[in-house]
Amino acid sequence: MAAEQILSNAASARQQIGGRLHEVVAESLFKEAERIAGRAVIREGESRKFAFDLALDRVLTSRVWGLPVMGMMLAAVLWITVTGANVPSSMLNDLLIGKGHPWLLSIFNSVGSPSWLTGLLVDGVYLATAWVLSVMLPPMAIFFPLFTLLEDYGYLPRVSFNLDRAFRWAGAEGKQSLTMMMGFGCNAAGIVSTRIISSPRARLIAILTNNFSICNGRWPTLILIGTIFVAASAPPAVSGLVAAGSVLVIAVLGVLMTLLVSRVLSRTILKGEPSHFSLELPPYRPPQIGRVLVRSIFDRTLIVLWRALVMAAPAGAAIWITSNIFVGGDSLAGHFVGWLNPFGMAIGLNGVILAAYVFAIPANEIIIPTILMLTLNLAKSGLAQSGVMIELDEATTRDVLVGQGGWTLLTGVNLMLFSLLHNPCSTTLMTIYKETKSWKWTLWSALMPIGIGFAVCGLVAVVWRLVS
Amino acid sequence: MQELKQASKACDACGSCQKGDKIAPLRRADKADYVIALAGNPNTGKSTVFNALTGMRQHVGNWPGKTVVREEGAFRFREKVFRLVDLPGTYSLLSNSMDEEVARDFVLFGRPDCTVVVVDATALERNLALVLQILEITENVVIALNLMDEVERRGIRIDDRALARDLGVPVVAMSARNKKGLTELAATVDDVVHGLVALKPRRIESIDPSIDQVVRSLVKEIEKEYPGVDNARWIALRLLEGDPGVEAEIRSGTLGKAVHGGLSLAGGQ
Repeated sequence: MAAEQILSNAASARQQIGGRLHEVVAESLFKEAERIAGRAVIREGESRKFAFDLALDRVLTSRVWGLPVMGMMLAAVLWITVTGANVPSSMLNDLLIGKGHPWLLSIFNSVGSPSWLTGLLVDGVYLATAWVLSVMLPPMAIFFPLFTLLEDYGYLPRVSFNLDRAFRWAGAEGKQSLTMMMGFGCNAAGIVSTRIISSPRARLIAILTNNFSICNGRWPTLILIGTIFVAASAPPAVSGLVAAGSVLVIAVLGVLMTLLVSRVLSRTILKGEPSHFSLELPPYRPPQIGRVLVRSIFDRTLIVLWRALVMAAPAGAAIWITSNIFVGGDSLAGHFVGWLNPFGMAIGLNGVILAAYVFAIPANEIIIPTILMLTLNLAKSGLAQSGVMIELDEATTRDVLVGQGGWTLLTGVNLMLFSLLHNPCSTTLMTIYKETKSWKWTLWSALMPIGIGFAVCGLVAVVWRLVS
Repeated sequence: MQELKQASKACDACGSCQKGDKIAPLRRADKADYVIALAGNPNTGKSTVFNALTGMRQHVGNWPGKTVVREEGAFRFREKVFRLVDLPGTYSLLSNSMDEEVARDFVLFGRPDCTVVVVDATALERNLALVLQILEITENVVIALNLMDEVERRGIRIDDRALARDLGVPVVAMSARNKKGLTELAATVDDVVHGLVALKPRRIESIDPSIDQVVRSLVKEIEKEYPGVDNARWIALRLLEGDPGVEAEIRSGTLGKAVHGGLSLAGGQ
C-alpha cells in the first residue's frame, strides 16, 4: 500500500537526517519571523513612556520586594473587603432576617400552615438562603471586583513569576504557579487549566495540590470567621487589620502547603525532574473599570451566590428535617453531631463543624450557614428559653456560636485552617476524575487534604491547650 | 466636517465593505455555513475577539494559559452563519502539551474554512513564529493584528500592508477590546471563504540543502498519492520528525479529504 510505503520511506529518511531536522526547521522559522517583523515594525517613534512599566516590574517582580509587595496588595484587598462589607452586611441582615423572617412567619401562620411546613420552608429553606445572601453577598461584591482589577491589569502573571523559583524548588513545573492562580478563583477551573502542563507527572502534582488555593467559595467563609472570631479578640481600632491579616495568613499557608506537598510528592510517588519553562510577562494594560465591575459581578459574584443559594436551600431543608426527626430521644442530626463531636473536640473543632463539612460537600459556599443552622436547630430549646431572636448580624452570629455552640478562639482559628485543608467540593472531585480518568487519584486528592487538615488542626489544638 | 463628508463619500464609493454589514451574534448554530478557527499565541486577545463576535461571555484575563479547551460560538454575517472555534493559545504547533494538541489537531484535521490567527501587534516577531507554522498547514488564513491601541500607545507603527504582502494573506489591524476592526475582520473572513482573495501563503524555503532534497522527494510521493493536498511539504516535515498524529492520518487515509465542518476531536467541553 502506498501509504505504508510513504511512511517507511519517511522513517528511513529520518534515520539518515538524524535529530537535526527539528532544530533546522525551528531556526529557519525564527529567522523568517525576525525578517518579516523587521520589515513591518517601525520603531522610530517608540515612546519612553514605558519606563514606568519597567520600573513597576522592577518592584513587583524584584527578588527582594516582589513577595512582600504581593502580600501587602492581598492584605489591602482583604482589608477593604472586611471593613467595607460591614455596613451593607448588617443592612441586608436586618432586612432579610430581622424583618423578612418574622414577616414570613406571620404570613404562614395567618394562612394556617401546619407547623412542620412552616418550619421546613421558613426556618429551613428561607433562613438558610437569607443567611447566604446577607453574609456572603457584600464581601463578594467587594472582593471579586478588586481581584479582577488586579487580574486585568496584568498582575497575576507577575505573581507566578515571583513564585517560579519556589516551584522549581518543589520539583514541580513552573506553569503550576499559573494553575494555582486559576485555583484561587475556582479549583475546578484550576484543575482544567493544568492541561497547559506537558509532563503527566507534573500535571498530576498540580492537580493534587490545586485544592490548597483558596477558591471563591472559601474566601467568604474565611473573611467572616476572621472578622467575627480572630478580629474580635483584638482591640477595635485594629480589628479590620487583624481580620485581613488572619485571612492573608491562611492564603499564604495555602501557597506554602502547595509547595511543600508538591515537593514531597515529587520526591516520593511522583518522582521526576522539573522542566524548564519561560513565563511571558504580559504588558500592563489599563483595566477597564466598568467592564471589570460587570464581569466580576456576572462571572464570579453571581455564579458563586447562585451556587450557594441552590445548594443552601436543599441543605437548609435537609438540616431542618434531620433536626426534627427524633430517634431515641435525640434528632438524627443530633445523633450524627454527637457521634462526630468527641473527635471534633479533640482536634479543636466540634461535631457541628465536621457535620457541616459533610452537608457542604456539594459546595464550600454554604459552610457558615450550615454551621449556624445546625447550631441553632440543636440548641432550639435553649434559644427559645433565652428568647434569642435569630437576628444574625456579625455580633449575634458570634453570640450564637459562642453561647450555643460553645465556640472558642481555638475553634475559630481551626475552622479557618480546616477551611483551607479539607476535601475539594464535589464539582472539583468530578473534574479531577474527568481529567485524570483515575479513581485512585481522585480519592487521593480528597483524602490527602483531609488527612493534612486533621493533623494540622490536632497539632494546633494540642499546642494551644498546652500554652493556655 | 467637510473632510469627514468626503471620507464618507469615498466610503460609499468603495465596494470593499457592503453597507449594512453587521455582525449578529448567535445563541446557537446547529447548521453553520462556514467553520472559522481562532488561533494565536496566549494572551493576544483571542477570547476577546471570540466574545465580541459571538456575544458569548468567555472569561477574559490578562494572562497566558487561560483558555485550555476549545470553545465554540457562532455569528451571522452577510446572511451566512459562521461557527467560530476559539482554540487554546499556543506558541507553536509542535504539540507537547494537551492544550497545544487541541489547537494543532483542529487546524490540521478539523479543516476549518478559514483560520484567523490573532496576533499581538506589540510582539510581532514572536507571534509570527506561530503564523508561519499555520501558513505551512493551510492557506485560508486571515491575520487579526490585535492590540493596535497598545501599539499606538507605545508610539510604534506597523506597516500592515507590508506584512500582508510578506505573509501572502490578508492582515486586519484591529483592537478587539475597543470593538475596532471587527466588521473588517468578518468581511475579510467572508471574502476568504468565498475565494475572493488571492492567497499566496509564505512558505519557508531556505533549509539545509541536503535535508531539502529528502523533503522534496517525500513531497513528491505525498502529492502523487494524495493529489490536491495543499500542505504536502508540511506533512513531509512532520513525517520526517515522526509525528504520530500525522502518521495516523496517513494510515487512516483521511488525509486530503475535505471533511467539511471538522472532525469531532477530544478536548472540547
